[in-house]
Amino acid sequence: MPDKRVVEDLHLRDLSKRFGDFVAVDDLTLTIPAGSFFALLGPSGCGKTTTLRMVAGLEDPTDGSIVIGDRDVTGLRAFKRPVNTVFQSYALFPHLDIFENVAFGLRRRGIKNVKPTVEAMLELVELTPMARRKPKQLSGGQQQRVAVARALINEPDVLLLDEPLGALDLKLRRQMQIELKRIQTEVGTTFVHVTHDQEEAMTMADTVAVMNEGRIEQMGEPSEIYELPTTVFVARFLGQSNLFAGKRAGSGADSVKVAAHGQEFGIPNSRNSAPGADIIVGVRPEKMTIVDAGDPIPDGHDRISGRVVDVSYTGVSTQYLIAAPWGEEISVFEQNTVVGDRSLVGDSVDVHWAPDHAFGLDGTGIAPSAVESEPVSGN
Amino acid sequence: MPALLPTSGSSAPPQVAARKARTGYLLLLPGMGWLAVFFAIPFITLIITSLQVPTGASGVYAPGFDIANYGEAISQYGDLYVRSFIYAGLATVFALLIAYPLAYFIAFRGGQWKGLLLVLVIAPTFASFLLRTYAWRTILADEGPVTGFFDALGVLPEGRILSTSIAVVAGLTYNFLPFMILPLFAALDKVDHRLIEASNDLYASPVTTFRKVVWPLSLPGVVAGTLLTFIPASGDYINAQLLGSITTRMIGSAIQVNFIQFRDYPIASALSVILMFVILIVVSIYIRRSGTEDLV
Amino acid sequence: MKFVRRHILTVVAMLVLVYLFIPIAVIGALSFNDPPSKYNTKWYGFSVDAWTNMCGIPGVCESFLESIKIGLISTFVATVLGTMVAFALVRYRFRGRKSTSLLIFLPMATPEVVMGSSLLALFLNLTFPLGVTTVIIAHIMFTISFVVVAVKARLQGLDQSLEEASRDLYANSSATFRYVTFPLVAPGIAGAALLGFALSFDDFIISFFNAGTLVTFPIYVWGAAQRGIPVQVNALATLVFIVALTIVLVAQFVAWRKRKFLQASTAERDADLKALSMDAFSRS
Repeated sequence: MPDKRVVEDLHLRDLSKRFGDFVAVDDLTLTIPAGSFFALLGPSGCGKTTTLRMVAGLEDPTDGSIVIGDRDVTGLRAFKRPVNTVFQSYALFPHLDIFENVAFGLRRRGIKNVKPTVEAMLELVELTPMARRKPKQLSGGQQQRVAVARALINEPDVLLLDEPLGALDLKLRRQMQIELKRIQTEVGTTFVHVTHDQEEAMTMADTVAVMNEGRIEQMGEPSEIYELPTTVFVARFLGQSNLFAGKRAGSGADSVKVAAHGQEFGIPNSRNSAPGADIIVGVRPEKMTIVDAGDPIPDGHDRISGRVVDVSYTGVSTQYLIAAPWGEEISVFEQNTVVGDRSLVGDSVDVHWAPDHAFGLDGTGIAPSAVESEPVSGN
Repeated sequence: MPALLPTSGSSAPPQVAARKARTGYLLLLPGMGWLAVFFAIPFITLIITSLQVPTGASGVYAPGFDIANYGEAISQYGDLYVRSFIYAGLATVFALLIAYPLAYFIAFRGGQWKGLLLVLVIAPTFASFLLRTYAWRTILADEGPVTGFFDALGVLPEGRILSTSIAVVAGLTYNFLPFMILPLFAALDKVDHRLIEASNDLYASPVTTFRKVVWPLSLPGVVAGTLLTFIPASGDYINAQLLGSITTRMIGSAIQVNFIQFRDYPIASALSVILMFVILIVVSIYIRRSGTEDLV
Repeated sequence: MKFVRRHILTVVAMLVLVYLFIPIAVIGALSFNDPPSKYNTKWYGFSVDAWTNMCGIPGVCESFLESIKIGLISTFVATVLGTMVAFALVRYRFRGRKSTSLLIFLPMATPEVVMGSSLLALFLNLTFPLGVTTVIIAHIMFTISFVVVAVKARLQGLDQSLEEASRDLYANSSATFRYVTFPLVAPGIAGAALLGFALSFDDFIISFFNAGTLVTFPIYVWGAAQRGIPVQVNALATLVFIVALTIVLVAQFVAWRKRKFLQASTAERDADLKALSMDAFSRS
């Protein structure tokens, strides 16, 4: 088992990639801390894979630089970089057996006695009996472990993973998520994981960066960026959000009031990222509670009255769609803590939440209809 | 200090891009050069030769611009061209009719035997082309059972098969059959079986399904097979010589005779140029409709 | 009625297949002929003389060896040149792609008579002596296109990410080619070479135009066809046929065996997987 090594930070500075007129990666600057499990999360086409390939050396940047520690590796070709990749399709060499696949990088670097190292690595990923088989004879999960072993054995400064779990079924994926996290903690290498699956990113990563259209929208710990999104895109892409567009209507000592649809909602200053008068109030569905119309609600809570238009029972929770007076459909998730206690379609209800759970987004230049009539989740 | 790469519109820094392009040209050069020198240029030489004038000495010609050579070629051998294209056309049609069922069978009913069946289709070409054609001489011999059978049916205008156009067309059909089977198979193999299921689901009988679904989808293969059969067949003269008679002569033998025996190079070249010209017209019609990407 | 409908396609297909082999059977049968003149015009009697005494008739074996020699040389050169072109077409960007594709396609679409005669015209005008050299030049010329097509197909089917993985794992361009690209393209190249050899060995028209006094095997057969073909020719041709067929059938068999083996181990791994997921489920 490789010992914990001295690893360095990975810096991307003003990194850009253009294909003709199309900008895939737009002036990206970020630092990935050494030894962390970092996730680049975003929808297809957002530039996350392109960024990964630039770090690997498989694409040349149009602008900018990539620095590991204090070494600028931008000009280095792929086979000279201390960076290894786990490919989405695994890219295992079909004409070589598992042993030779894993040993490939070592051999190319001129290392003579590869046997003990390879065998140790196969032990780590629990594939020792498969050493002489060909990739075609292994299952998807096993192939994926070979791909990881093949990359890790070279003790890279950075390990890049390009949506490695996409092809696996749910149960296997969960297993592999835990596996990868365990390996990363043991080995201590910086992992950069590219994915479109937000649940996966949040489960595995120490830090998540949400990318959209070549830019990073928000970056931070999973709980941080989930509980306090700072852009509409992040609010929608990570989980679901109810959004109401409004205007600043005054401020208190540590909170701000927003007027929307004839009502006033409160947001703590610390949770408001809107600089000006246009503020979008956001509340996550699981932070809301339903009571029958007119029933008492806790002090200080904000309330919207409406009518139930849909009820979906999902086992763990019940998901409601409530039609607000201005037509918007509000989504509410309630955990099924009490059996049978559910509102019905057509009921008049009140939806309430604590202002501490609300967040404010910059609404400058965004038409209210854009955030209020679209489906609640961006996925 | 982080270095900034020079801005460029392309996806690679200029030196890398240039290196890549240059390697590409270097790889192309020997092979394409060979084709340019020994395929393309000879056509020019052919045309030049076709315009040469006799010097009186046998087999020796001087550069000239005697277009009359073409006139002479056509007037002497014009009927051979017509005959060649008719024979080649008939052979192509027959080849299509015979090849289609086999190609269809292999594509749709072949299953795990596809590879083996394709080997069997190609296998006959491992035996000498000349000998296979010659073998038909034995099979279609005047006193043989095959000729006897058809004669009894009364379908033989001259009472024999050999030395008639029937034998020549039959020979051409046989020899170029694999060139029709393989492209047909390739096209039919690509047809998604689920399309046939969908067609049946939508009330189409097997015959209608073939007419409306399978046949149209197999057309690229039909076109490719037609080209690969018609073109070589029109230039062939082996079949005509071994299985036919003077009345079934094809243009290929006229070209050969003029080159090798008569050493009348201008006429021979003119004949060849005209043939190539017609072929090029056929090929360009095909390219016009299908583009060049799928050619190679 | 249904029985007929189901099976009529099979019957017709099998008939066509048989039709393809009829002349082969005749060639083979006549190789056992025992004609008094030693030339095959019709069946006389059974004899293995032609097989035991293959080089009995002067010129037969000489021409056969010439064809083999020419085949090996031209196939080698054409395979190398054609493979390079295929790589350029698939892996590199360059201008003039359309004309390149056209120039590669045309030799496959041109009648042999035209190709043979135009080459002859070239050699005549350059007063270049006709013989082995000109025949080899011609054979290389018409083989290149087929090699390009065969190798290109194989190359295009190659997963690009395999070469990226190789570069990611510290292999530079030549190491990547040597350890990843070439081994995976090799079967395609081998197939192309075999095809090239077959084309060269059996070529008559183009060779005839450009051989001068040289006699290749097909040229010998052609000459003999006027007088009468020696039985030895049938024996040699049948031998070539059997050898070629055997090679191809063995290749098919090897591939079939590999498939069967993979199916068996796949079944085994699926069973393993099932056990694994049961295990994981009970643990989680």
